[in-house]
Amino acid sequence: MNESSTLNSYRSGPDERGRFGIFGGRFVAETLMPLILDLEAAYEAAKNDPDFHAEIQDLHTNYIGRPSPLYYAERLTKKFGGAKIYLKRDELNHTGSHKINNCVGQILLARRMGKTRIIAETGAGQHGVATATVAALFGLPCVIYMGATDIERQMPNVFRMKLLGAEVIPVTSGSGTLKDAMNEALRDWVTNVENTYYLIGTVAGPHPYPTLVRDFQSVIGRETKEQMMVREGRLPDSLVACIGGGSNAMGLFHPFLDDSSVRIIGVEAAGHGIESGEHSASLAGGSPGVLHGNRTYLLQDDDGQILEGHSISAGLDYPGIGPEHAWLRDTGRVEYVSATDKEALTAFQLCSKLEGIIPALEPAHALAYVSKIAPDLPSDHLLVMNMCGRGDKDVFAVAEHLGVKL
Amino acid sequence: MSTRLDKRFAKLKAEGRSAFVTFITACDPDFDASYEILKGLPAAGSDVIELGMPFTDPMADGPAIQASSQRALKSGATLNMTLDLVRRFRADNNDTPIVLMGYYNPIYHMGVDKFLAAANEAGVDGLIVVDLPPEEDDELCEPAMRAGLNFIRLATPTTDDRRLPAVLANTSGFVYYVSINGITGSASPQARDVAAAVARIKRHTNLPVAVGFGIRTPEQAAAIAGAADGAVVGSAIVDAIASQLDVSGKLKSGGAAHVLALVQSLAQGVHGARVTAAE
Repeated sequence: MNESSTLNSYRSGPDERGRFGIFGGRFVAETLMPLILDLEAAYEAAKNDPDFHAEIQDLHTNYIGRPSPLYYAERLTKKFGGAKIYLKRDELNHTGSHKINNCVGQILLARRMGKTRIIAETGAGQHGVATATVAALFGLPCVIYMGATDIERQMPNVFRMKLLGAEVIPVTSGSGTLKDAMNEALRDWVTNVENTYYLIGTVAGPHPYPTLVRDFQSVIGRETKEQMMVREGRLPDSLVACIGGGSNAMGLFHPFLDDSSVRIIGVEAAGHGIESGEHSASLAGGSPGVLHGNRTYLLQDDDGQILEGHSISAGLDYPGIGPEHAWLRDTGRVEYVSATDKEALTAFQLCSKLEGIIPALEPAHALAYVSKIAPDLPSDHLLVMNMCGRGDKDVFAVAEHLGVKL
Repeated sequence: MSTRLDKRFAKLKAEGRSAFVTFITACDPDFDASYEILKGLPAAGSDVIELGMPFTDPMADGPAIQASSQRALKSGATLNMTLDLVRRFRADNNDTPIVLMGYYNPIYHMGVDKFLAAANEAGVDGLIVVDLPPEEDDELCEPAMRAGLNFIRLATPTTDDRRLPAVLANTSGFVYYVSINGITGSASPQARDVAAAVARIKRHTNLPVAVGFGIRTPEQAAAIAGAADGAVVGSAIVDAIASQLDVSGKLKSGGAAHVLALVQSLAQGVHGARVTAAE
């Protein structure tokens, strides 16, 4: 499995079939196949067009508010008593998470392709809000598919999407979470294939989605690299990010993959614990399979039926993971670990009290793992954690978990 | 090599009729009830049987077939049980082709070689795997053909002339033309559009073309059968099964007969149609 000795670069994938090793690919119905090929061609053309990059740059600066700060978390650093902890503040982006980075890129692509209707799936609602936002910005009708279970636990985001003019369609099939929302979005796409652009929110789905989402999110890692050079005059020693589908992590990791001195760690959601079977850790508790257009690690039973994930965080509650992560795990370049619901809740409160930053439950998983490793690292160890979203959307759910009545 | 599918379509062509292709989901609502319906399909007029392999995430299917998959899985259905169903059917019927239809993951999880050997031994004739386009042919299509199974490809309204040769290249048995952009059981196709699409496909292949998605009544079936080599009905039959379940989800007594009566009326529609698209 270990390809690292023979690889010149970890950043050259995917191959022409959209694969990272055995992972990725284009496992979609024939109806969608011509569309996916069109998208690939449109993206290749856009990538080589300076105007496209200029448009993205303008939106980054003037709409999202990039670059996001690289913040030295002094009190967390003192508390853990080891590594020097930096937070990449993508929670300060417009709409409150890293999701907007991808959405501005894809909406510009959709416009180039002449698409007049936008659809998306959402779990926690962050991607739904970001999609509804860019659709509003460009005056395009927008339909968001969201699991009925998630709608209940993320009411503020549902209302936000509606304010932005999107139609939110509750999905009751399956367990009513992100996986089912993605099925329903695919069904919509297959039906409205001529005019509709499917704006996928994570580094998963059929090729070229994992690649283009990664590319649009890589601004996180590029900025981090530059900012760390300015702050410390060298590369960080380690990177930590949470992983559901894995877009914020891939965005932070990708520019550093060939910097062999940088230790890279992805944190999956262990839910009630990996051994309990109630978790969303596809790498720790899953096996390779094919779902939603790509081959990757999936939570599945002995018959290849997809299992429901569990996580306190709706944004991590997905039984799969981006194919490039699956490959990076098998090559050994990136370490993948996990944090439980309980550990994330503790980190959520700690960060709020010590830094005055209420994190989303998703990056609270990353912080939970940082709290485990930081104390044993030397004080000159530079650790960057991706604070990929803010916790406003989670305060009601957290209050409930803590037994507080609002 | 002449397969059951080749023989069946050749026979129908000689008789000047279109094929009536019926879809049910294996083990819907459970193994025994599903077998009772399955074994009655040929006598009710089904020329080719598509047997759905239940999957948790049937992304190209509408509510009717999604629900049938859920019912089957709830009863404990597995891919091995689907193959058992075929095996049991084959004990009494050696002529009616059976095509397994579904999604790739359960097959991939079992292992392609193991699955193909088991499918062959059980008496499966062909495979339709919705999420395997020609771009992924080395996954299952090529091994299946080597194992002597037909691999039936879906062609759709978005499959343009540029793409059609690639879609048809490794197709055998028949071509399944999906008459609408959409999921199973949704909008109904227009016979005129279908005839034009079938003619377009036939410029690229000598294989029979069966048409499905959205055919619900004997009249629609007749219209489509007049424009193609076969008409596929799925959701309407699966809905009939759903209508025959008791509160505990079991097939009511007389339920199979009710479903087969619908199949029979649809078959009359298909078999009464004149074939205009045979050449």
